[in-house]
Amino acid sequence: MSAAALELADVRKAFGKTAIIRGVSLAIPPGERHAIIGPNGAGKSTLFNLVSGRFGLSSGSIRLKGEDVTGLKPFEINRKGLSRSFQITNIFHNLTVFENIRCAVLWPLGYKYSFWHALNGLRDARERADEILELIGLKGRRQVKAGLLTYAEQRALEIGITIAGGAEVILLDEPTAGMSRSESDHAVELIRKVTAGKTLVMVEHDMSVVFGLADRISVLVYGEIIATDTPQNIRANRAVQEAYLGTSVSHGHGDEGDGDA
Amino acid sequence: MSTTVRFTPLNPARWVIWSGFALVLIALPLAFHQGFALTLMCQIGTIMIFSLSFNMLLGQAGMLSFGHAVYSGLGAYIAVHVLNMIDKGTLMFPVTLLPLVGGLAGAFFGVLFGYVTTKKSGTPFAMITLGIGELVGAMALMFPDFFGGEGGVSTNRVAGKALLGLITYGPQIQVYYLVAAWLFICTAAMYAYTQTPLGRIANAVRDNPERAEFIGYETQRVRYLVLIISGFFAGVSGALGAINFEIVSSENVSAIRSGTVLLFTFIGGVGFFFGPMIGAVLFGLFIVVLATITKAWLLYLGLFFVLMVMYCPGGIAGLIMMQMPLLRARRFKEMLPSYALGVAAAAVLLLALSAAAEMLYYHALEASASGPTMVLFGMNVNVASFTPWLVLLAIAGAGFALLGLARRKVTECWNRVMGEIMAGGLQ
Repeated sequence: MSAAALELADVRKAFGKTAIIRGVSLAIPPGERHAIIGPNGAGKSTLFNLVSGRFGLSSGSIRLKGEDVTGLKPFEINRKGLSRSFQITNIFHNLTVFENIRCAVLWPLGYKYSFWHALNGLRDARERADEILELIGLKGRRQVKAGLLTYAEQRALEIGITIAGGAEVILLDEPTAGMSRSESDHAVELIRKVTAGKTLVMVEHDMSVVFGLADRISVLVYGEIIATDTPQNIRANRAVQEAYLGTSVSHGHGDEGDGDA
Repeated sequence: MSTTVRFTPLNPARWVIWSGFALVLIALPLAFHQGFALTLMCQIGTIMIFSLSFNMLLGQAGMLSFGHAVYSGLGAYIAVHVLNMIDKGTLMFPVTLLPLVGGLAGAFFGVLFGYVTTKKSGTPFAMITLGIGELVGAMALMFPDFFGGEGGVSTNRVAGKALLGLITYGPQIQVYYLVAAWLFICTAAMYAYTQTPLGRIANAVRDNPERAEFIGYETQRVRYLVLIISGFFAGVSGALGAINFEIVSSENVSAIRSGTVLLFTFIGGVGFFFGPMIGAVLFGLFIVVLATITKAWLLYLGLFFVLMVMYCPGGIAGLIMMQMPLLRARRFKEMLPSYALGVAAAAVLLLALSAAAEMLYYHALEASASGPTMVLFGMNVNVASFTPWLVLLAIAGAGFALLGLARRKVTECWNRVMGEIMAGGLQ
């Protein structure tokens, strides 16, 4: 059997005596679009922080494309082909939109810490960055300082930086948080487009986004996954309804940020 | 190669700027050929390299260092010892290339100390650099064999073979052109560095170190490399200073030197590449010119720095760049009346403040020995009587009122002109 794109085995995380993630096991096959949902404080963002190397694990292991990445630093995990976005926009505010994207393609193109290449001579970096700008619809804002973009544009740039490096496993943390209905429809289209052929794991509050995008859904409640299944089966799952959907699906839209530590 | 060249647009403005810079460097001694002016320009040139190297850390990578003099100072010490060896004839090496020795020494100490300091960023980084600075400063007095103790290490720059049989670096004008050549090379190299992957990623680390880690970059490694490169250029400036003054002392590695470069880099403007160069010129005017005119120069420097931090955090370069949209739209002259009013108000205030400062200094330091009457701006002033103080108070009051008026006028005019430019740009 081929290795899962991302595999978590009994992952646990405690902050002091407070256990936030209490034994998560999950295998996501290559090419799947996987959503993680759950009430506020369930540990969704913490789980992302563990997978991307922002926090260390208390116990358990994480494998990326069959390779053990437990305990590696964020930049090491990124170099192995996993890239993530952030719930709170995390961009390079004083650089232009174009420079933001170009920075994100430099390492994967092999320029590393070079101070002997002239950036403007790097045709591959420029062309790749312009492709990404076209893809995320920010071509017209190429030379604008990222800090001056509108919120929705910054969210698009956030996704652009995440996918620019060509990572095969993409983690998106609430990509549509704080967006209007039309903006979030637009964002769903964008996510579908930019993650084609890749493995996508996303945390999302907006149920219409989740059910519109995901091949499979995992429901995280108090640090444990209570169900992993197709959208139809999740909708029908009684335990899920009791724990979570009963309140949220009727509202259709998570309205507040994830309060995870 | 041909593909990369084809896609690099030939930028005429850039050619004009760099050849203009070279021409100014070549022509300056024609206008200022007195010994004093030449020495001053040599000093400004070395400080320019030093402050540009400092801004590689502060402005470009967001690393606030309180110990940058360590790299220029140790570079200067190594250079001065090598120069003495050349002088004794134990080593054959051209003095022209001595700054390279200083630079390599600076980079070496960057490798050594940077390994410790760059493990942290932000405030911890600043604290560790302060600690390393104190450490090296203390060592300078502990090991007199290398550091020369209180007196420092003196040298003779007329050493080794003369370049082309002509250039001995005895006359100051030859030192000037040595400094100018190295200044041009270093400035070009440091500018080129800002246009490389490492230079740009340093900006990214400055803006958002966390995100930089998630696009594959180890921020600690980025800081370390930037510090080593910055240490190299600091070392070059240290060696040039050693050649210029023919002495290197513990003052070269001191916290005062580190603080000075921070001060003037900030005043010049950390947000733009050329900002520190303006800072270096101001350094020359303050430390060398003003200090010979008045005892109160440190007071003026402190006041100036505080005012810049409070009202003009972008430095002089920031002020200049703010005018660019106006210049581009050819509407700068509309601002001139209000700017002139501002300058006049500042001049009146400066007159009152400086007169008060000079009178205070005179009263505190000299009045007991030479009597209460001093000569101020060509007038006899009795610092013990009330009248001059009241006059100053009145002038200061007028200055403040004028400044308030100027501020309103500038804001009003700025908002109007900028508003019209923006509206025009949208059509």
